[in-house]
Amino acid sequence: MYLQDLIFTLQSFWANKGCVVEQPVDVEVGAGTFHPATFLRVLGPEPWNAAFAQFCRRPSDGRYGENPNRAGAYYQFQVGLKPSPLHVQDLYLDSLRAIGLDPAVHDVRFVEDDWESPTLGAWGLGWEVWCDGMEVTQFTYFQQAGGIDLMPVTAELTYGVERLAMYLQNVDNMFDLQWDKNVTYGQLRQPWEVEYSTYHFEELTADIAFKNFDTFEGECKRLLARPAGPLVLPAYEFCMKASHAFNSLDARGAISVTERQRFIGRVRGMAKACAETYVASRARLGFPLLPKHLQQAAVDAFNGAADAGVNAGALAAARAVAPFEKEIAHAS
Amino acid sequence: MPADLLFEIGCEEIPAKMLARQLVDVPAFVELRLAAARLEHKGVRALGTPRRLAVIVKQLVDRQPDLHEEVVGPPVSAAFAPDGTLTKAGQGFAAKNGVAPESLQKKQVAGKKGEYVVAVRDVTGQDARALLPNLLSELAASIAWPKSQRWGWSETTFVRPVQWLVAVHGGEVVPLTWAGHTAGRSSRGHRFLSPGPIEIASADSYVEALRGAHVVVDPDARKDLVRAELKRLEGATGLRVRADETLLGEVIHLGEYPVGVSGEFDPAFLEIPEEIIVTSMRTHQRYFAMERPSDGKLANRFATMMATIVKDPTVVQKGNQKVLASRLTDGKFFVSEDRKKKSFDFWNTKLDSVVFQAKLGDKARTIGHKVRRLEKIAAALGTFASLDAAQIELVKQAARVCKADLASLAVGEFPELQGVMGRHYARDFGLPTEVAAAIDEHWWPKGQGAALPITPAGAIIALADRMDTIVGCFAVGLEPSGSADPFGLRRAAIGIWQILLSRPDWSSLWTPLFAASRDALSEQGVTVKEPTAVEEFFRGRLRGILIDGGIPAQDADAALAQDFRDPIDARARALACAKISKEAREVFKRVSNILDDARGKKLAIPDKVDAAKFVADVERNLHAAVADAQTREKAPRASRDYPAVFDSLERLRPTVAAFFDKGGVMVMDPDPALRDNRLALLQWFIEPYLRIADFRLLAGAA
Repeated sequence: MYLQDLIFTLQSFWANKGCVVEQPVDVEVGAGTFHPATFLRVLGPEPWNAAFAQFCRRPSDGRYGENPNRAGAYYQFQVGLKPSPLHVQDLYLDSLRAIGLDPAVHDVRFVEDDWESPTLGAWGLGWEVWCDGMEVTQFTYFQQAGGIDLMPVTAELTYGVERLAMYLQNVDNMFDLQWDKNVTYGQLRQPWEVEYSTYHFEELTADIAFKNFDTFEGECKRLLARPAGPLVLPAYEFCMKASHAFNSLDARGAISVTERQRFIGRVRGMAKACAETYVASRARLGFPLLPKHLQQAAVDAFNGAADAGVNAGALAAARAVAPFEKEIAHAS
Repeated sequence: MPADLLFEIGCEEIPAKMLARQLVDVPAFVELRLAAARLEHKGVRALGTPRRLAVIVKQLVDRQPDLHEEVVGPPVSAAFAPDGTLTKAGQGFAAKNGVAPESLQKKQVAGKKGEYVVAVRDVTGQDARALLPNLLSELAASIAWPKSQRWGWSETTFVRPVQWLVAVHGGEVVPLTWAGHTAGRSSRGHRFLSPGPIEIASADSYVEALRGAHVVVDPDARKDLVRAELKRLEGATGLRVRADETLLGEVIHLGEYPVGVSGEFDPAFLEIPEEIIVTSMRTHQRYFAMERPSDGKLANRFATMMATIVKDPTVVQKGNQKVLASRLTDGKFFVSEDRKKKSFDFWNTKLDSVVFQAKLGDKARTIGHKVRRLEKIAAALGTFASLDAAQIELVKQAARVCKADLASLAVGEFPELQGVMGRHYARDFGLPTEVAAAIDEHWWPKGQGAALPITPAGAIIALADRMDTIVGCFAVGLEPSGSADPFGLRRAAIGIWQILLSRPDWSSLWTPLFAASRDALSEQGVTVKEPTAVEEFFRGRLRGILIDGGIPAQDADAALAQDFRDPIDARARALACAKISKEAREVFKRVSNILDDARGKKLAIPDKVDAAKFVADVERNLHAAVADAQTREKAPRASRDYPAVFDSLERLRPTVAAFFDKGGVMVMDPDPALRDNRLALLQWFIEPYLRIADFRLLAGAA
C-alpha cells in the first residue's frame, strides 16, 4: 500500500463513519492536536467528528535525513470523535483492518500511555496501540484542554503514517517508502530534512526567533483583549506560531533548562486564554453545531453558570444537553 | 441458601500496574462493605484481566441475620415521672432509637445500681437481593484508581470506559445499573478470538466459561501459563530466559491469553553495553532477555508474549524484530555519539545549566554546583574514613565526574541507566577502575534491599550526595511533610544509614558528613538555620530501620534518646535493652529516683566525687565497687557488648543495697557537703549506664 493510499483509505474509512475530512492547518505545528480542528473543537458541548492528515514539525528530531526512523517533520493522521462513541475501539480496529492490519494476523494490543501536553494545558488517558510490538497509534480520551474540563469527551486517534507505511511496505528506512508508484518518500522529503536540520541546528538566528516569540505572544494577547471583541481564531494562530518559535529555539539549543519551563508556561498561558475565549465565542454564536432545538438550552446554561468561570459554563452547557445525547450527532 | 456471588466489570484495557494493585486491594475492600451490610460469606477472591475486574464472594448469604439489640438509656427515675408517664428525656430516648414509647422496658443492668430504661430493637434481616444492587454499584463507583477518566457524555469516572457488567448471585442476576450499563449474565470473550457474548450461569462456572472463550481470568493461572510459555521458548531456542519477576508481574497483565514468541536481533548489537540492550527490550518492549546457559552471557534473542493466537507467529516475530532493531540502532547511535566525546568534560560543562534545586539560589542551584560540593564533602570524608592520600585523590576524581553521564545521550534515552553508563564511559575514557565503579555505585542502594556500594569511593560519594540533598532541601524549607516527600529525602536518609551500618569502621562518620555538607553548602551561600531539624529527621529514619529490624519501639526510643549519630552503636544499645535484667533495672531505678528528686529540688550536683568526704564504709565500698566496675566494663563497652555491661551493673546490687538499706547512709543528709558528695557519687556511678539508653523510657522501669 502506497503511503498516499494509506491516507486515502483512512480518510474514506472515517468519512464513512461520519467524520468531516478536514485539511491540514496552514501554520507550523508540532502535532495534529494543535490543529484548531482538534484543540478548539474539543472544547464545549458541540459534537465534532473530523479526520485529517497533518504535517508536523519537530525541529529537535531533525537528523539531516540520515536516520531511518527519525525526522524533523512527519505526518500524523488524526481522528477526533466527539463525543467518544462507546464502540470507538471497535471502530479503530476496523480502520486497521481497512489498511490491511488484521488482528487475526497481527498481535494488536492497547498498552497504557497517558498523554499530556504541558504547552496546551491538556491531558488525557488512553493507550499506545501496539501492532507486533510497534507503536502505531496514540489513542487518547481527552479530559482537559486549555485547562478546561471536557464534556463530552473526545477520543483522539493519532496514526503514525510513516510507521504504518513502513510496516505495510516492509521497508526499514522511512526514506525508502513509496509515496506512490513513482516517487519515494525520500525523493519528496529528504532535501527538506537536510535543509531544515541545517537551518534549525546551525543557521536559525536566535535573536530573531526570540523576538518573533514575543511578537506572536503580544499579538495573541492583544487580539484576545480587543476592545471591540476578541478575535480568537487569529489569536490562536499566534499561539501556534509562538509554540513553533519555541520548538525551533529549543532545537537551536538557545533555551536553557530553566528558561524552558518559563517558555512552556507562556505558551500554556496563551492556549488557556484562547480556549476560554473560544468557548465563550461559541456560546455567543449559539453553539451552532448542536441540533437547533438544543442550542438555546445550552446557551442559557452557559450564561447561567459563566459567573463561576468559563469552565463552569462549559460544563453546565454540556449537562443541559447531555440527557438528549441520542439526538446529537456522533460517529457510528 | 448461601451461594457464590460473581460481579464482573467489563472495561477497556486497564493499565497493567493498576490492575495488579486492584487484584491485591479489592478483596479487603469488598469484605469491608459486606461486613458493613451484615452479609456473611466464606471469603472474597479477585480475578481479572486487562479487560475485566471481577470478584467472587464464596457462599454469600441470601439474607442478613435478624438483629436483636438492647440499648440502655437513662435510669427509670429520670425517664418516668412519678405518675408513670414518660419524661422528656424518656421520650427523647425512645425517639432516638426508633422504638414506640410504650415498648420501653425497665431492667437491672449489670454493673449499675437501680433500674434503667432499655429500648429493645428487633430488626428483621433484609434479603441480599434487596441490598446487593446498591452495594455493588457503590462498590464499583468507589474503587480507587490512581487516575480515572470520563468518556462520551457520561459523568461516571473509571480507570477506562466501562463496557459491560455481570452480576450473578447463585443462579440469579442481581439487578443493577451503573455507568450506563445494566448488569446481566452476559460477559465477553477474547476481543479477537471469541468476540461474542459468553453466558455465565453462575459464579462457579465463570473461570471455565471464560477459559473456553480464550480468556484466562485467574491471574495466577495466567502467570503459570506465561512461565510455561517461557519454558517452551527456552526449549525451542536452547537458551535461558533471564529471571525478571517485575517484568513477569507486568507481562501477565498485558493480555487475556498470553502466547509466547521469541525473536532475534543482529549479533553485531552485542557490542553495545548489555544494559542498553536489556533496557531497550525490557522497558520499551516488555521483552525478556535470553542468555546462554553455559556462561550466562546475553544472547541475541528475546522472548515476548503475544496477547492472542495469530495465524502465523513468524509474522509477529518479524514485526517485533524490526521494532527492536530500530531501537537498538538508536541505542547504538547514542552510545557511539557519547563515546566520541572522549572525556566527561563536555557533559560536566552542560551540568552547569541543569537545575538541581532552584530554591538553593544562583550560587548553588545547578547539578554543576552540586558536583563541586560533592568533591569537597567527599575529600573531607575520605580523611575521616582514614583513606590515604592516593585514595582520596581517586575519591575526588570520581566525585568530579559522578553526574556527568546525566548529560549523555544514552542516559537521556534511558534515565534508569544513570551511573551504569557513566561506568562504561569512564572505562572507555581511560579512567581508573575505582573511579568507574564509584560513578555507578554512588547511586546505590537503588531501592529497599538493593546492593550497597562496594568500593570505599562509591560509598563515600553515595553518602555525600544524599547528605547534600537532605541538608540543602532542609535549608530552603523543602523538608518532607506528612506522606509528601517529593525529593525522596526519607529514602536518601535510609540509604545513608544502610551504608554506615554496613561499614563498622565508618560508624562515626555521620557527624563529619553532616558538618562537611553544611560547610560545602554555606560556601555557596546556603545556610542551615536549624541543624536540629536535620538531626531529628535522621534520628527518626534510624528508628524506623531499627524497628523494621525487629527491635521493640520502646527499646529503639530508649537507645536513640541518648544518641543516634553512630548507628552501629545505637543498634547495639537498642538490642541490649531487651537483655537488661530486672535486678539491673532495680539498681538503676533506685539511683535515678534519688537523682531526679535532687534535681527536682534544684540541687547543684558537683561533677567530681571527693573521696575525702566519705564518712561511712558503705560509701567507700560503693566508690571502690563502681571504680572496679568501670574498669571491667572498659573492654565490653569498647566492643559494644552492652549485655556484659548490664551484667556488671547487676553485680553492684549488694553494694548498692548496703549503701541505701539498713546500716547504710542517708543520701539527703542535713549536712549539704555530705549530701552533695553522695549525690555526686551516685551520678558518677549511673551516668555511664545512662549513656547506653534512657532507661526511664522502658516500660517497667522507674
